[in-house]
Amino acid sequence: MTTADLAGLLAKYDPGGFFCEMFGHGPGPAPGREALVERLDRFTIRDLKRRAQYAERELYNLGITFTVYTEKDQIDRILPFDVIPRVLSAAEWDVVERGVVQRVAALNALIWDVYHDQKIIKDGVIPAELILGSKHFRPEMQGIDVPFRNYCHVCGIDLVRDDEGVFRVLEDNARAPSGVSYVVENRHLMQRAFPDLMHSAAVRPVSNYGQRLGEALAEMAPPEVTDPQVVLLTPGVYNSAYFEHIFLAREMGVPLVEGRDLVVEDDRVYMKTIGGLSPGHVIYRRINDEFLDPEVFQPDSVLGAKGLMRAYRKGNVAIANGVGTGFADDKAVYAYMPRVIQYFLGEDAILPNVDTHLCRETDGLRYTLDHLSELVVKPVGESGGYGITIGPRASKAELKVCRDRLKADPTNYISQPMVRLSVSPTLVARGVEPRHVDLRPFAVTGRETWVLPGGLSRVALKRGSMIVNSSQGGGSKDTWVLG
Amino acid sequence: MADLLARHAEALFWMARQMERAENLARILDVNETFSRDGQGSQNWETIVKLYADEERFAETGRALNAETVLHFYVLDTENPGSIVATIRMARENARALRPLISTEMWTQLNMFYSELRGLTKNAIAEPNLNRLCAFIKEACQTHTGITEGTYYRDSGWYFYQLGKLIERADQMTRLVDVKYHLLLPSPDYVGSPLDVSQWNAVLRSAAAYHAFRRINPSGMSPTRVSSFLLFNGDFPRSVSAAVADATATLTKLRFRFGLAVGEEAVKRLQFLDQWLTRETIEDVVARGLHETNDWIQSELIAVTSALHDAFFSQPPDGAESATPTA
Repeated sequence: MTTADLAGLLAKYDPGGFFCEMFGHGPGPAPGREALVERLDRFTIRDLKRRAQYAERELYNLGITFTVYTEKDQIDRILPFDVIPRVLSAAEWDVVERGVVQRVAALNALIWDVYHDQKIIKDGVIPAELILGSKHFRPEMQGIDVPFRNYCHVCGIDLVRDDEGVFRVLEDNARAPSGVSYVVENRHLMQRAFPDLMHSAAVRPVSNYGQRLGEALAEMAPPEVTDPQVVLLTPGVYNSAYFEHIFLAREMGVPLVEGRDLVVEDDRVYMKTIGGLSPGHVIYRRINDEFLDPEVFQPDSVLGAKGLMRAYRKGNVAIANGVGTGFADDKAVYAYMPRVIQYFLGEDAILPNVDTHLCRETDGLRYTLDHLSELVVKPVGESGGYGITIGPRASKAELKVCRDRLKADPTNYISQPMVRLSVSPTLVARGVEPRHVDLRPFAVTGRETWVLPGGLSRVALKRGSMIVNSSQGGGSKDTWVLG
Repeated sequence: MADLLARHAEALFWMARQMERAENLARILDVNETFSRDGQGSQNWETIVKLYADEERFAETGRALNAETVLHFYVLDTENPGSIVATIRMARENARALRPLISTEMWTQLNMFYSELRGLTKNAIAEPNLNRLCAFIKEACQTHTGITEGTYYRDSGWYFYQLGKLIERADQMTRLVDVKYHLLLPSPDYVGSPLDVSQWNAVLRSAAAYHAFRRINPSGMSPTRVSSFLLFNGDFPRSVSAAVADATATLTKLRFRFGLAVGEEAVKRLQFLDQWLTRETIEDVVARGLHETNDWIQSELIAVTSALHDAFFSQPPDGAESATPTA
């Protein structure tokens, strides 16, 4: 089949020279997508829009929302959902899966080393100040032995796909990556709204994520505990990811606790229940390090529990993700990850990085300043797509601001060539058009690492935009791994 | 789910109360609207404000007291924590905190109900539309009750939900009966008059009690019989007596089934009230004063709530010695 054979919905679809997740570089569908393309093509735009509308209403009614609080009111928003799935063949997924497993192993090895022998620093592979000077480095973690040397129980590795269709790592998320609830709920939504599209398509299931996570977390419990109690620690209903916390607690069948529900006595953690205090052994926390324990970190925090770090240090409770992982997913450490993988695992990175210039290094800064209009400049400490300057799209004034910032504080920035992000057919007002996508696969690590097939595909809904963050007009798609 | 968090128990208790309150408030507004139509004039609406002891709060709105302002105050006013919109908003906030426990269907229905309420305009409380609005609210609350009954896992939380519902139901019934005290007998001449009978009729209907009442009182309708039915009939599920008896049994079962040592004070208070309701006659109530009796029942229910709070909901301070680990 070629695009010439498409007479319906996709007849006029044109990826505009970008690598397309559905058609590759065309003309026909990429391997494995033939049946789906044929089925999609037979939809009318009207039917597709009607079902999309139904899907969005479902998201709202089911409360798959994030809440924006104002002084007087609260507004529930949904993450916009695009009904045309993003598809990965078994072969494509195999690379991603192996690459993510490798990456998690390297991150865990790096974090363990940094909080123990610091061999990687002594051997000169990473500059000491890059790690020890990171605001997410926690000296309190020095010498603490966590079960199975596992810090990254849940890891989200952000990937983009370039013009050659090669997956590249854009960012590691080793703290508390969110979005997995959308992966599972998007799938459920597709199954309800598009039974005819999913019919007899061999899509790998995602609905066992909660079970896998629960099992992995239980494996982290202190060895003497036979019936471990896992709890999920949330900052509460006002957190924008609260839906996800609910979702995960329900999927795992564990209590969703807030800091005020916990108390530490004799270096053990308890929940306050109607019958008194009841022990907790593993805390999957969705709050940042600095709020965990007012005794050790921010003294005014009410989100955590006083004494938690004492219990952690004694091995009476496991905390997931481990405390102090944040230095490792820093954008500057990211640049060293291929070398970290080589150093600890003796392997080449299966998933390459995007070329990265460190402005903290003289060469990197000079290159960045010389090629500013071609590069994407990112602050190392930010997330959510904030503070980014996209050279090719920036005005002269914006480039000047960027140049001044770089000169004033070069260590705070990295630069990367602009990756021509792949596109995926997306339903928009006028029909089906290409929109840029990324991919965040989720890895769950207990004794071993398991990668949820697929992950969160985020899509930049604005035409031409390459920023997929939900705070900047991004939506999501269901992600199908075939076979 | 293992142990129920104290915070979740409290949220379940209050969510149930808020849903029950909204349903009963809709019933009371509806019945009062019926009375207004009978020519009692705008004066009647003041009784609703008195019923909920909201005189001060209403005065703060700075509005004249009439059908429109009172209805706005009790249905749409988001500044009034006792309005239906505000009550359902609180119920939804509790439900949000409870989402790891309640069924998806419970959340979805409450979420959609609240969205609907938020979209209401002044027009919805205009005279010709009020009855329809009250019916809608009643139905949505009953749908909530039904979904809960049909889907909520019977953990210890279920009992707290039931306790909240039953205690609120008993409290609201005393208020509904008090509508009668405040306004049914503007002058002794009305007793037994066609107007009087039609008003008693309306009270019964607003409590969905008319047919049940008729089954045991095939003829006649006197103030004492109606009050007696609504306060003391053990088989009518909305009566004070039935609700209190059910609450007493629920709390006893909760403590027994989950081996809870605390909560004895609340049991004692409920048992006392339950026994009083069983023994008391309407003649004694009338002699003492119906309004005073209703007030007393309300204050007893407040004491029960406070005992439940102390036993189950209050959080021991961090590291307090009184807190005993159970394992």
